[in-house]
Amino acid sequence: MKKNDNTITVRNLTKKFKEINAVDDISFDVKRGEIFAFLGPNGAGKSTTIKMLTTLLEPTKGEIIINGFNSKNDKDSVRHSFGIVFQDPSLDDDLTALENMQFHAVLYNIPKKIRESRIEELMKFVELWERKNDLVKTFSGGMKRRLEIARGLLHHPKILFLDEPTLGLDPQTRKHTWDYILNINRKENMTVFFTTHYMEEAEKIAQRVAVIDHGKIVAQGTNGELQKSTNTNSLEEAFLSLTGNEIRDEEISKLDLMRQRRMIHHH
Amino acid sequence: MGQPLLFLVAFGFGFGSIYQKAGEGNYIQFLAPGIILMSVLMTAMFSGIDIIWDRQFGFLKETLVAPVSRLEIILGKTLGGATVAMFQGIIVFLLTLIVGFRPQSLASIFPAFIITFLVAVFFASLGTAIASTLDDMQGFQLIMNFLIMPFIFLSGTFFPLSNLPKAIEFIIKINPLAYGVDGLRGVLIGASSFGMVTDMLVLSVVTLAFLGIGSYLFSKIQI
Repeated sequence: MKKNDNTITVRNLTKKFKEINAVDDISFDVKRGEIFAFLGPNGAGKSTTIKMLTTLLEPTKGEIIINGFNSKNDKDSVRHSFGIVFQDPSLDDDLTALENMQFHAVLYNIPKKIRESRIEELMKFVELWERKNDLVKTFSGGMKRRLEIARGLLHHPKILFLDEPTLGLDPQTRKHTWDYILNINRKENMTVFFTTHYMEEAEKIAQRVAVIDHGKIVAQGTNGELQKSTNTNSLEEAFLSLTGNEIRDEEISKLDLMRQRRMIHHH
Repeated sequence: MGQPLLFLVAFGFGFGSIYQKAGEGNYIQFLAPGIILMSVLMTAMFSGIDIIWDRQFGFLKETLVAPVSRLEIILGKTLGGATVAMFQGIIVFLLTLIVGFRPQSLASIFPAFIITFLVAVFFASLGTAIASTLDDMQGFQLIMNFLIMPFIFLSGTFFPLSNLPKAIEFIIKINPLAYGVDGLRGVLIGASSFGMVTDMLVLSVVTLAFLGIGSYLFSKIQI
């Protein structure tokens, strides 16, 4: 029996919304401990894919195996296996940082005995322990992201999913955010799966990249492999050669409208 | 909170003497139970809006990826919303006492709680059911305005159920809130039109049904 050291296996994954295949028959593997990126323009299907991987959305077709568990019939085991940092904050603004962490501990059934020590350990790791009793609504975007990372790691997942993790963050916060994540990846051999449309992020941080466009994976491999196969000298050039040079005309989505409205209310 | 009290004070004192002259007694006594439920209803329904916002920007997503069943999540959310609505109701109740409302006895507080809680759960579930099927805020505001006011005005809150045009009487009879108002009135001031048993029966069955409907629709949400 060949030992399978793939922690994520995806076969023929498809998601149809009305008439369109947002995700169209994609297949890929991610090895344990690997840092893997989904790179693609807006609307390519990155977020839809992550939502299916994290059991938020039911696939129309296809198979997802996470940490050995099938996402169709063993959802809870899959959920225990990963932590996720969403693109939009999913914290309770009216609670303190500490209370948000405690809530997560309860949701994931972390034994009471180790709850407090783990929460302290992780909050200190993202340098938010000093602010544990402050309401999350007083936190900056970067601080909220750090808190979500600490929270996502609380149940010691094998995989950390991140959907556009540094969108809207300044360069220092961006660097710090990746420092925390890469640190845990090295220490615990935790798999990291992230989506992004930032080239340098994919190039510098990911070990392997899948380029996704119009719901299909157009190429996957290491940076070197992608550049070689497109005969280019950088990931950006490879990406452009794979996805074309034209500017995409996008229709503003309902979600973007809500984001706009939210920005008005929050500032 | 302001709106229900405004109605109580404006209508209670405004129409009070006319009502008395018509032989119906003290209008404030008649009004207060419906006013209390009005505030409970509004708070409970609006706890449903949460879901539309929350499912993208808030805490709800965290609960949806956790190893917790959707049923547990929505029951928690509905009961939580109903509880907050209850607290609103209690505050409004205390304020009605200041305006002059006098319940018939202390013993009526416990059954009053039960009736109010059923109404709260019903509207929290209704809010959830509606919010689960919409994906932006604007639709929700529209529905709320076209739903909340008719619910309240055609529930027997403001006028007794005698000598009404058939159409209005019919709408009131199919409005679950009417049974809540009638029941609460029965318990607090001893005057019930439908009878306490009918009120409790209708309220319990309808609330349970909507709890089920709200939970089912929530479980079908695609983020």
